[in-house]
Amino acid sequence: MDDAPLLKTPLHALHRQLGARMVPFAGYDMPVQYPAGVLKEHLATRSACGLFDVSHMGQVAIRAKSGRIEDAALALESLIPVDILGLKPGRQRYGLFTNDEGGILDDLMVANRGDHFYMVVNASCKDADFQHMQEHLGDRCTFEILADRALVALQGPHAEQVLAEFCPEVTSMKFMDVEFDDLHDVDCIVSRSGYSGEDGFEVSIPSDKAELVVKRMLDHPDCEPVGLGARDSLRLEAGLCLYGNDIDTTTSPVEAGLEWAIQKVRRKGGARAGGFPGANRILEELENGASRRRVGIRPEGKAPVRAHALLYGDEGGATTLGEVTSGGFGPSVDGPVAMGYVPISHAKAGTRIFAEVRGKFLPCTVAELPFIKPTYKR
Amino acid sequence: MLKFTEEHEWLKIEGGVATVGITTHAAEQLGDLVYVELPEVGATFSKNDNAATVESVKAASDVFCPLDGEIVEINDAIVAHPEMVNADAQGAAWFFKLKLANPADADGLMDEDAYGRMIA
Repeated sequence: MDDAPLLKTPLHALHRQLGARMVPFAGYDMPVQYPAGVLKEHLATRSACGLFDVSHMGQVAIRAKSGRIEDAALALESLIPVDILGLKPGRQRYGLFTNDEGGILDDLMVANRGDHFYMVVNASCKDADFQHMQEHLGDRCTFEILADRALVALQGPHAEQVLAEFCPEVTSMKFMDVEFDDLHDVDCIVSRSGYSGEDGFEVSIPSDKAELVVKRMLDHPDCEPVGLGARDSLRLEAGLCLYGNDIDTTTSPVEAGLEWAIQKVRRKGGARAGGFPGANRILEELENGASRRRVGIRPEGKAPVRAHALLYGDEGGATTLGEVTSGGFGPSVDGPVAMGYVPISHAKAGTRIFAEVRGKFLPCTVAELPFIKPTYKR
Repeated sequence: MLKFTEEHEWLKIEGGVATVGITTHAAEQLGDLVYVELPEVGATFSKNDNAATVESVKAASDVFCPLDGEIVEINDAIVAHPEMVNADAQGAAWFFKLKLANPADADGLMDEDAYGRMIA
């Protein structure tokens, strides 16, 4: 980043009041942890409910100039290899912007809100994403950047109880449902989703009401504020990709193990096969596989193996396999966990590989993802 | 009397041997430690060599050797229980004992007041 002053989310003053340690992240001054610390915040999310400020992420409403939502869906499908036309009102789906080489420009969530699409993209990519959509879809769609809305996530087994105090209707929502809810007279967009492997919700709140709503949420005895530190360890245990680490323009969706995000209708033989950037490569890899793959990695010892550690097929470091893309200590696993890319020959769970850390070759085992059992409410 | 370095280590020097650890301030800044790697007994280091590693959930950090010397003892307890460093950084959670090559070099280190001013 350059020396531009850091941006602040609508909850910035509250973070300071709660004693957060603030760090620069994607151009924003964000809480990395609160006084409880990363370990306790992580475990509180798995056992009760963590509250995360993710207002730095980009929120955008997308409308077809024709007024027909189908036209907006088809426009988005020209940039995103996902079945958006088949997304029903009140439902949300994970998606990706791909480039002509079949790499990933960003990952995202897109929801059908009846007469328009609501999309959430990564903070670090949002300006580029908005420009990308404007450039390619600007003739067919309008884009309303929702800069006046905060976004908070409530994650964990008690998230439903915390949010139900505001709005009992949320208890009937299922994983990836999205609805407009009235939270004590504040109009919010609520989705049952998240980035922790736990059941939970993401709530888009008008900026001027965000602190009020969040303070009320934190009044609940089971709800604790959680910073970016634990957000990262939670998503890593859940096997979820971090854009810029685990996926980027050099990784394809198939290499990243994200085939599940590309529905049959967009694959070879589907009614709307291809028609997105990089389709040649991605469709071919969906049929025949890619030469390398993102896998889970369990170091056998206690030493964390972190991003950019090199991976080898032998303990002497003769056969280079690839690189760790995310790694650290998993508080719920109670040990080190990592993800990285290895050739298909070494991608099977149980394969023994080695990671170079401070000049030593540490034995690791390729592991199934996620490292924890997700508790999404299907 | 403890001595301190700008790299947030403390030293307690007795008979030419320094017991070395990281300061309470450093432990607070690092957050919950989950892994500690110590040098081997017999290893020799120059001042500012990387002698040990501590890791929190988020990141790995180096612990530098505060003066020239040889490792004569290490504290295995903090390897088994890294959380000890957060609980008692300037006490039971010492890292290693260093036989100083030139004990007089310790005179150049900070005392507690000077260190307190540095982190204020």
